[in-house]
Parts: sequence; structure tokens; C-alpha cells
Amino acid sequence: MNEIFKLSLIFSTIRLSTPLLLAALGGLYSERAGVINIALEGLMLAGAFTAAAVTHYAGNPWIGLLAGILAGMAVASIHAVACIRYKADQVVSGTAINILMIGVPALLSGAFFLSSGSTPQIPKDNLIPWTPVVIAFLLVPLTWYVLYRTPFGLRLRAVGENPGAADAAGVSVNGMRYAAVLLSGALAGIGGAYLSIGQSSLFTRNMTSGRGFIALAALIFGKWRPVQTMLACLLFGFTEAISIQLQGVKVGGEEIPNQFIQIIPYVLTIVVLAGFIGQARAPRALGMPYQKER
Amino acid sequence: MLELREITKRFGDVLANDRVSVVVEPGTIHAIVGENGAGKSTAMRIAYGFYTADGGEIVVDGEVRKIATPHDAIALGIGMVHQHFMLVDTMTVAENIVLGAEPGSAATLDLQKAAREIGALSDEFKLSVDPEAMVENLSVGQQQRVELLKALYRHARLLILDEPTAVLTPQEVEEFFIILRRMREQGKTVVIITHKLSEVLAISDEVTVMRDGRVVGRVKTSETNAAELARMMVGRDVLLRVEKPDARAGRTVLSVKRLTVVVRSGGERGLRDVSFDVRAGEIVGIAGVEGNGQTELVEALAGLVHASQTSGAIEFEGRDITRTDARTRHELGIAHIPEDRHRRGLLLDFDLSENSILGVHYREPAVSRSPMLDTAAIRVRALELIKDFDVRPANPDLPARALSGGNQQKLIIGREFGLPPKLLLVSQPTRGVDIGAIEFIHRKLVGLRDEGCAILLVSAELEEVTALSDRLLVIHHGRIVAEVDPKQTTNEEIGLLMTGGSKANVE
Repeated sequence: MNEIFKLSLIFSTIRLSTPLLLAALGGLYSERAGVINIALEGLMLAGAFTAAAVTHYAGNPWIGLLAGILAGMAVASIHAVACIRYKADQVVSGTAINILMIGVPALLSGAFFLSSGSTPQIPKDNLIPWTPVVIAFLLVPLTWYVLYRTPFGLRLRAVGENPGAADAAGVSVNGMRYAAVLLSGALAGIGGAYLSIGQSSLFTRNMTSGRGFIALAALIFGKWRPVQTMLACLLFGFTEAISIQLQGVKVGGEEIPNQFIQIIPYVLTIVVLAGFIGQARAPRALGMPYQKER
Repeated sequence: MLELREITKRFGDVLANDRVSVVVEPGTIHAIVGENGAGKSTAMRIAYGFYTADGGEIVVDGEVRKIATPHDAIALGIGMVHQHFMLVDTMTVAENIVLGAEPGSAATLDLQKAAREIGALSDEFKLSVDPEAMVENLSVGQQQRVELLKALYRHARLLILDEPTAVLTPQEVEEFFIILRRMREQGKTVVIITHKLSEVLAISDEVTVMRDGRVVGRVKTSETNAAELARMMVGRDVLLRVEKPDARAGRTVLSVKRLTVVVRSGGERGLRDVSFDVRAGEIVGIAGVEGNGQTELVEALAGLVHASQTSGAIEFEGRDITRTDARTRHELGIAHIPEDRHRRGLLLDFDLSENSILGVHYREPAVSRSPMLDTAAIRVRALELIKDFDVRPANPDLPARALSGGNQQKLIIGREFGLPPKLLLVSQPTRGVDIGAIEFIHRKLVGLRDEGCAILLVSAELEEVTALSDRLLVIHHGRIVAEVDPKQTTNEEIGLLMTGGSKANVE
């Protein structure tokens, strides 16, 4: 009994970490290139809704996943154009996208499915419960390699640290930043798709419930490095898994109120973001649009 | 090799380059001189594709070329080293050098191959630097070598160097010139942007002089001299030497006793057991290679170092001020012209009126009748300051950022002179300031001295401290190692003391 409890806790941790990890790695590309991506939450919602809706119509989760990726990239491109082309404040742009993506899926599901809350149930055979998990964890070494062992990664990091230097060296700062933000949309899109057609079988309103922000916290906690970020995601996934396991557990004859258990991951997020755990150094040009004199 | 034809460039209302034509012969060192704001950097940034010209054309190797981005310039064999280095601090030397021109395929970054190629270039041009080192851990001189290697790695045949010596110590300048000559021997062409005439004469083959966005002359270096170049740059005769009567030193104003400053970041830096006096009506100069305790000394005297980091005593007019704060010292009559005017001297986004009252912003004359700022009085006073200290453009509503370095400096000097000071602490008064303004600032300092103010002068320009000072203290590793009479001592002797040679060796 105890053995099963442990094993299921491990699986549950991995499954719950997966959407965080996908979104956090997406955020990593964007932020290492110098663009703050607070829009991860909205990008995940776009991916989750689109994946569920398309899977429902196409009857094929792979087409749904692809659609989720494209939706994440499409919404990310709004953020990219606003921040890179028009040099908008990156936090404001990201926040606007998050608010927008609370409304848009509700509107669309109202139009297509006559329900403002959710998409229709998808049959069990059309779900992909494990593929995104594998993708997420394979992306960790891949991201490390791309970041530290390819010209693309070198340019990406340079653009996030000192865009002026990258420009002087003949690197297209804006080109790199567009690529990075779109990549981040794609990964957050997979993360969202996993929520709707992997972990559950339909899209429900605001189903990310803050996972985009927790992913952001994991990214910062992981000091913007792939492996550390994965460990941070596993920690957050673990606390979430624990909080599920703890439901209904009695302490001294009294059941712990559910609300207290559910706040655990969020409390941890605040603790991490408040900087209790070491000082992280962000990419130096993070949040700063590159203004070239003309 | 490179020719700019009738290049014109506007920034808003400012005509930065007005039909600028420059011809750079291959295999030469070509100097472009002019005061700050003359348009030297703008012209060269156009050649490197950083700016796009509004008119004119660029000719490389006899062909008209379009250079829209640095990438285009690099492809044509043009490299540029900017005044503020364009390096990513958190990356290694090798990563910085290959950035944007990486060896290997798109899938792999071959840093070993890069290190080998960098090694070969280092040997060829005697530019030794460790490819594995982090850029943030390098000295400024080493960082400059990385910038040069970066251009050479991209097969630059023409190197444009923007104010390359501004950040170097006199010794590093010597080494740097040797490197430039070696590059010329290897067939490279060098364009060096500067406003230091001694360097132009020492290193260049030809000189193009710019003033107010136009080219005003082109001469062979062998056929000109400093006075002629200065006249072309400024448009009038310039006194290159400081003329001053002997000092009539009065009572002791500042007395520093066994002052020690500990630097929190640790290491060798700081100030150790320094004692000296400054009397009314004299200029005491501090000569030394930068980073030998000058900053700590001046900031400790100005009250900008926390008392817990210092020991010893500072007396001002016989009163112990060791534990007083910066405001109290300012009220007593100690003015401070800081070495870094952007960090300590100005609020760049505030207008000139607002900047002109910093330090007295809480009292007369900024605040007089009511608790509010007396904006009318401030403006009148700012206009006076602008007129007396020849700050241009003479508009008190402009943000300080809009001024050239020399004019920003004149604004700070005017403000501090208006205290009026009994003791003036002045660091690097003419750093990044053009020669017309240098002459003006030097005359103002001597004038203040003759009115009976005590002045402590710190400058990295040896010629400046020796010309202005009545007494000269040499600082090395945080200690005063010698006091010399600047009239009796040669720059070579002082240079030796600055680098740790003993006085006995000099005598």
C-alpha cells in the first residue's frame, strides 16, 4: 500500500510538472533573448483551448496538438510585435494577453459549442497522456545544447545580455527576439494542449489556473537555466501532487480543510518569487526593447 | 580603401554631418579629429552601418557600396571598435569574438576551432588574451584587445577605432600604439577617431579635421603641428598651455591625517594611511594611474563614504569633519566636481535649471519665500550660470542629456563654483571634454585658486595635473608615495613614481 502510494506520487509529480516545464522552457527562450514573457498563462490557454477544439472536430489528437502549437505561436506573435516592433512595455503587453485569453476561449466555445465554459468531452482514445511528458523532458537536454552549444544559442544569449554588442557583431537583434518569442509560444502551446487533451479530456474555463505564472516562478527559481528550471518545475509539481494526496487526510481526527491544501503550490511560488531562495541574476537586457538610433 | 562622399546625416533638428567627405588610403593610419559633437563618430558609424546616411555615398575599394547594417560592413572587410566596448560581459573571450561569425555548422558551435584561430591571430598581432576568460574579469586594456581580435577574426582590412585611448592608462596607450603600428605593417588600414592632438601626431599618417559637422581640413601629419590642428578644430587660436602666476598659498584649509579607506569589495583597492594639507589659494594635484585610491580619497573627503569604512581624521578650517555627512560638508563650503558626471554629477533627464540647484535644492536661493521651489529665481540663476560658464545650447529648459560632455561639465563646474567653495574637490575635470572647453575649464580653476579657494585636483591626464598643480602628490596602491614640485620634475619621473618606482631612483 505504502509502495503504491510512493510510486503514484512520483508519476503524479512528473505529470503535474510537465505543463509547467513546457511553459517554463518556452519562457526561458524568450527571456534569455531579453523579452519578459509574463504571457505564458495566456499562451497556455490558447494552446489548451485550440487543441481541445481541433481534436474534437478532427478526431485526431496530433492535429489538435499541432493546432495548439500554432495557436500558442499566433498569440505569442502579438506579444512579439507589440514588444519588439512597437517597443511596448513587456509586462503590460503580457498582462493584456493574459486577460484577453481568459475571454477569447469562452467567446469561441460559446460560438462553436454553445457553451461558454468548456469544449465537448473527447473520447479516451483520442487523448495523448504521455507524449507531451516525453517531449517536455527531452526538451531539457535539447534546450541546454541549443543554448550553450550552437550559434543560435550564443546569439540568443548575447541578445538578452547586451543587444548593442550583438548588433555590432552583425547579429539581427530583432530577428533573434522574434524567433525566441515564437518558440516560447510553441512550447507554452504544447503545455496548454497537454492540459486539455493529455491530463483531462476537454477544455474548461481558465483551466491553467495560474500554471503560467508558476512556470515563470520556476524559470526565475531555476536562474534561467534549463536543468535548474526543470528541477524547480519538479518541485512545484511535487507540491501539487502532495496537495492532492493530502486531500481527505485526517490530522488528530480533524480533516485538513481543502483550501489550505490547495494553496501550497501558490504559497511556495510567492516564497520563491520573494527571493527567499538565493539571488538570481536575470539576463541583463531583460525587459528592455532594443532601440537602435537611426 | 574607404571613401565617404558628401555624407549628410540629420538627427531631428541637428545636422550631425554636412556633406562630409573623407578619403582613407590603404595601409595607413588615418586620424579623424574634432571636438565632441563635431560629427566624427557619426560619420564613422555610418561607414559601419550603425546609422543610415540621409545623403551621400560610401565607396569601398573603388566601388560604391550600400552599407545598411554592421553585417554589410563586416562583409566588406570593415571592423569597428566602439568607444564603449560592445562586449557581452557574462560570456568568454572566445564566445564574444565568434559571436555572429561562428565557426562550425548551425548545429554545433566549434569553440575549440575558434580558440585555435584566436590563438593564431593573437600571435600574429601580439594581442595576448586568454580565450577562456570571462570578459567581466578582464581589465579595460584587455577588453580592448578582445574588440580588436573580434574585428580581425572577421577578416577586417579596415579598422575604425572610436576614441580608443580614452579608457587607457599612459602605459597602455604606448602598448596600444605599438599594436596599431604592427597592424599597419601587416597591411591593415586604421581609422582612429580622437580629440587628443598629441596622439594624432604620434600615431597617424594623415589627419581629417572636422568641426560642427563639416570637414574643415585634411593634412599630412608630417606637415602639421598641434597648434595648427587645434586652430582648425576650434576655429580660433587655442592656448594649449596653462598660464598661471605662482600660487600665494594662505592658511591651511584642509588637513587630512592618516586617512584610510577600506573598500568593501576587498582586494588591493582603497586608501592607506594618507596625510596631507591643502592651503587656501593653491592647487594640490594627485597624480596616479587610475584605480590607485583616488576615487576613494575624493569620495571620503566629500562625505560619500560611510564613516565605518574610514579611519583617520579630516579637518576643515580646524574643525574635525570626519563624521559629518555630505550635506554638512557642502554647507561648510566644500564643493565636489565628481569624476563620473553621469553617475554623481547630473540627473540626465532633468533640465538645466533643475540640475543647476542640486545640492542647494532645499535652501536659498532655490527655496526662499515659501516652502516651494522658487522657479523664477532658479531660472534667473540658471541663465546667469549658463552665460558665465558658456554652456551651450544656452537653454535652461533642455534636459542635461541633450548637452555634449564638455557642456555638461561646464554646467557642473558652474554650479559648484556658485556655492561658493572654500575647498574644491575636483576629479577628471576635462575627461571627455573638447579642447576649447578644456582651456576654459583650466582658466576657471586657476581663477578660483587666485580668489583664495583651496583646490584638490585629481586627474588621469598627467599633463593636466602637472600644468595646473602648485604641488603634486603621487599616489600608488592607495599610498602617497611622493610629493614633487611639478615645475622641477619631468613627466617621465612622475610616471615612474606612479607605477611604483621609488623617489630615490628618480633622484
